[in-house]
Amino acid sequence: MTTTLATHNLSIFVANRPGALVRIAQAFSRRGFNIESLVVSPGTTEDFSRMTITAKGDRAGLEQIIMQCSKLVDIMACREHSDEEVVARELALVKVAVNSEQRGNVLQIADHFRAKTVDLTETSMVLEATGGSQKIDAMVELLRKFKIVELVRTGKVIMARGEGET
Amino acid sequence: MSEHQMNGAEALILSLEKIGIDVAFGIPGGAAIPLYDALYKVRKKMKFVLVRHEQGAAHMADGYARATGKPAAVLVTSGPGAGNTVTGIMTAYMDSVPMIVITGQSVRSMLGKDGFQEADIFNLTMPIVKHSYLVKDANDIPRVLREAYHIATTGRPGPVLIDVPKDVGMEPCITGLDAEMNLPGYHPQSKGYTPETLHQIATALVASRRPVIVAGHGAVISRAEEELLTLAETMQIPVTSTLLGKGVFPDSHPLSLEGLGMHGTAYANRALVECDLMMSVGARLDDRILGVPSMFCRNAVKIHIDIDPAEFGKLVKPEIRCQGDAKTVLQDLLPLLQKGDTEDWCKTVAGYKKKWPLSFAKKGGLHSPQVIDALSKLTEGQAIIATDVGQHQMWAWQFYKCDKPWQFISSGGAGTMGFGLPAAIGAQFGRPDEAVVAIVGDGGFQMTMSELATAAIHKLPIKIFLMNNHYLGMVRQWQDMFYDERYSGVDLEGNPDFVQLAKAFGILGLNLKRAADIPKVLKRAMEHSGPVLVNVEVVKHEEVYPMVPPGKPLEDTVLGHPKKKKGRPAGRRSAKSAASTGELGDKT
Repeated sequence: MTTTLATHNLSIFVANRPGALVRIAQAFSRRGFNIESLVVSPGTTEDFSRMTITAKGDRAGLEQIIMQCSKLVDIMACREHSDEEVVARELALVKVAVNSEQRGNVLQIADHFRAKTVDLTETSMVLEATGGSQKIDAMVELLRKFKIVELVRTGKVIMARGEGET
Repeated sequence: MSEHQMNGAEALILSLEKIGIDVAFGIPGGAAIPLYDALYKVRKKMKFVLVRHEQGAAHMADGYARATGKPAAVLVTSGPGAGNTVTGIMTAYMDSVPMIVITGQSVRSMLGKDGFQEADIFNLTMPIVKHSYLVKDANDIPRVLREAYHIATTGRPGPVLIDVPKDVGMEPCITGLDAEMNLPGYHPQSKGYTPETLHQIATALVASRRPVIVAGHGAVISRAEEELLTLAETMQIPVTSTLLGKGVFPDSHPLSLEGLGMHGTAYANRALVECDLMMSVGARLDDRILGVPSMFCRNAVKIHIDIDPAEFGKLVKPEIRCQGDAKTVLQDLLPLLQKGDTEDWCKTVAGYKKKWPLSFAKKGGLHSPQVIDALSKLTEGQAIIATDVGQHQMWAWQFYKCDKPWQFISSGGAGTMGFGLPAAIGAQFGRPDEAVVAIVGDGGFQMTMSELATAAIHKLPIKIFLMNNHYLGMVRQWQDMFYDERYSGVDLEGNPDFVQLAKAFGILGLNLKRAADIPKVLKRAMEHSGPVLVNVEVVKHEEVYPMVPPGKPLEDTVLGHPKKKKGRPAGRRSAKSAASTGELGDKT
């Protein structure tokens, strides 16, 4: 029997110290959670980093992970956010193999998703798209009828709306 | 020496003394020579104890902390030296014991290049430390040591590891020893609860007709014994304590139910089955005391008081969770309480204590519980007991009666065999004027027995009672009960002559083989001024009871073995059915 496990958004604010990432990753791996995406970037000052993690797993396990992460000495805050509470964005670069005949069709798709062409050759083009993960999923899906040579996605970054803390 | 001339290693030793470390246990090695050179040159009041194996060093620091509440340091070299401490660090981590572990490391330029005796101990130990450091700059050392001590000893205590590359120890440290801590993410809370939570707890306690308190290690660590006693007596609530909580509520008290869980008393387990309220004070409610987690106190209001919020809901979902230091919580709670209506319940529970007392065999050879019971009476429950892990440990828990905390030292969470002897040595260093007794089995003892040398050199008057059944007894008991007597890898054939072994280390060795000799041998051992090893030749086959079989709820506590069948030694095949007999489940 397979059950569909929800995807969870976690935002972790952490002092920029050696080993912090490994400690957090261990909190997930030890409880059998699979990290889907992980973004680490500098915080407002260089002393702190912001990590945005999306992971699949059951609710009870996730609560344990949040508590275990919160307890780590270098962690300032670890919060879960529902999709509604946050602005969520992701960036994707897609390299598509296209000849001159196909190019117009690909550009039409890119235009629909407000993707930019950032590289163009006789045989390929690279599109840059930003937006919610579902939008990017949809664009990638449409591009699959052409040949996708490479696909790179940053993974989701999130920020709490309004007065909420991320 | 002025502070301005010191190198990193000297700053480290001076910092250890400055933060209040009284004793360091360890063994040097190549990468730790600068640290040991500093020990030679700048050490003033901190004692250094050379051990025989690094695991022993960690367990000694552990035993020291469990006897005094203060951390000790472990000082070892890189690679295998550091690696050998892993079991000791894990043992301390599982049981929330503070410890400062300092490991030598390859020089910075060689990190990650697989040089001689390089091990990535920082990453190897990451899941078993409260926090850890890899020091890259000698000027960080005073700050790191202060932070390490603060982290190890506050909130839920635990081990902190500091990995020091050899050249960091040799370069100058010019910052001085008064560095500020910089821990922006670490704020342990002793009062993470609201007045509403306290009122909820108080209301539930007053309304309860059949309450039970489970007292754990957290109650010991926060020194909540007085508040606990006041609470129990004021409200007339029976108290059971975990293995690590032993003594925080007096075993001899009429309200005491002693231990609970897999090898707890039948009356504690029965009380938990029938209670309408269970309040855990500093216990993490682990699998060894729950039976089946989903069935534990399933009809009772469950209140969980713990300093570590990550413990809430791990196995048991409490109705009321209260994050805070046990002593602080109880102090705040006491003024809100009034005597509850528990008279009938206390009578019922007292009846269970009469009905199902702990008991042991006295005939047909020498029995471990019999010796431990005699020891308990001879020492009037005043000795500091350090146990190893296995059957003897459970019997020590059951039959050595303590009325005080900080007196019963045992590896609970990790269940580390080999813990007993070095832990006893550490405890004796911490409390030199008190009687320290190691109760060990022949299996675990042989894992760290090289530390007999440490006991002998320092003339530590520890008394080692080695319950020798020539078996890995607890595993054999399980094979007996649940694996149809397929004894696999449990016969310790080839045990040495332990009395001769003791003599070889210059330690008094005694044999105890007959019940009639118990008073004489125990007296001789306890009166001897130096270390003693007593080889207690106990019966080969004996099981620990009561027992909650694995995968069964507390209702299924088994009181004892079924009657012996003809032609079969007690405890053989018939036992399988015993495991499924819910003796306590049938209300009588």
